[in-house]
Amino acid sequence: MIKQKVRVKTFQINGIDVTGRSDSTILEVAKEHDIHIPTLCYLEGLSCVGACRICLVEIKGSNKLIPACTGKIKEGMEVFTDTDRLHKHRKMILSMIFAERTHTCSVCVSNGHCELQDMSVELGMEHSQVPYLTNRFDIDASHERFVNDPNRCILCTRCVRVCDEVEGAHAWDLVDRGLDTRVIHDMDDPWVESESCTSCGKCVQVCPTGALSEKGVSATEMVKKKSLIVNLLEMRNRER
Amino acid sequence: MAQKIKVATIWLDGCSGCHMSFLDMDERLVELSEYMDVLYSPYVDQKEFPEGVDLTIVEGALSSDHDVEMIKTIRQNSKKILALGDCAITGNVSTMKNLYGTRAIMETGYGQNADHNESGEYPHLVVPKLLDRVHPLHEIVPVDYFVPGCPTPADAIYTVLKALIEGKEVNISQLTRFGK
Ligand code: SF4
Ligand code: SF4
Ligand code: SF4
Ligand code: FES
Repeated sequence: MIKQKVRVKTFQINGIDVTGRSDSTILEVAKEHDIHIPTLCYLEGLSCVGACRICLVEIKGSNKLIPACTGKIKEGMEVFTDTDRLHKHRKMILSMIFAERTHTCSVCVSNGHCELQDMSVELGMEHSQVPYLTNRFDIDASHERFVNDPNRCILCTRCVRVCDEVEGAHAWDLVDRGLDTRVIHDMDDPWVESESCTSCGKCVQVCPTGALSEKGVSATEMVKKKSLIVNLLEMRNRER
Repeated sequence: MAQKIKVATIWLDGCSGCHMSFLDMDERLVELSEYMDVLYSPYVDQKEFPEGVDLTIVEGALSSDHDVEMIKTIRQNSKKILALGDCAITGNVSTMKNLYGTRAIMETGYGQNADHNESGEYPHLVVPKLLDRVHPLHEIVPVDYFVPGCPTPADAIYTVLKALIEGKEVNISQLTRFGK
């Protein structure tokens, strides 16, 4: 195989000169330069889908805000990650994510170990700016080891991606649209009846919230192993 | 010394946990009492909500017609409202009822789970009428400060009140959060 020449691009983030491989995303280059951009649906090791919009950044000369996790870098671009406008939009987006489902943190398995909750702290979002919808979704506790509670789901699709890209099972997918969207197994079968699920539990470990959890844990007890995926991929690459 | 701040506290549809947390400020209450007068509260014996309150601290969500009436009076009579705890801010546990509707909850509480209820009726005299939906405070009236937690830790309450007294800014998210 002919190796493509690695090209680099130079541009600015928050006024600092940075360089990155030409096919990088803004988020990747920011990370390499220790510039923090808040993210929710992004998870190292998985593909980027731009589902949550928390990582929005400003580009000088453009009115559009773009997600840093999917936005590719361009030579000479000027990126801003920490402006008042972004703070305002991120808070609104986070409010909408909270209000879309029913997050009763005090009784949640993930209370104290939840990425959504952590984001409310990071962004200083201490109340929702939009009314709570309180749509009810049925909980799937059919699996002997895992529970799926869509009332805490933020539709980040980490579960869908890890199952497809790392486990290779593609047991999860999305069904319905808009506010009714849910993650489902196979043809919307109960988890226990899913023929494609291998019960590996990767989806549970990468889920940022209490939507996917291990059975038997009670409030605050669900601590997840987020580094699992990066470690797994590293081991695989080593073997090759 | 400058005039003391006139404070009221109330719990609506909450469990009193946040008021307990308030008491957990322990000896710091003595310090705060140098700056605040509590005019109305479960801690003091005052029946009517007073006028001319500087700050009302509200625990609990709005679940009944009485809660809504109270919060409107509070808004009218208070310069500032501080929503204390998750119930006041998100609806918290009280809001879980919204997933099923008030009727379903009444049927469960006074029908299915009742040992004796020959008439099959729900209480509707004297007790306040439940709303169709539970609301956090700010869905009904404007709220000035939000201090989440379940219950809000005493340290967070103290730091926020101290900052309000001294007219300083605090980053509330560094002190407490939903579910804390
Ligand atoms: S998933 Fe996170 S934000 Fe939602 S209720 Fe649980 S702890 Fe709170
Ligand atoms: S347990 Fe494994 S195979 Fe089953 S849905 Fe989750 S990631 Fe996919
Ligand atoms: S179940 Fe968890 S991982 Fe899957 S989309 Fe919902 S929040 Fe994301
Ligand atoms: S992290 Fe970029 S859109 Fe979710």
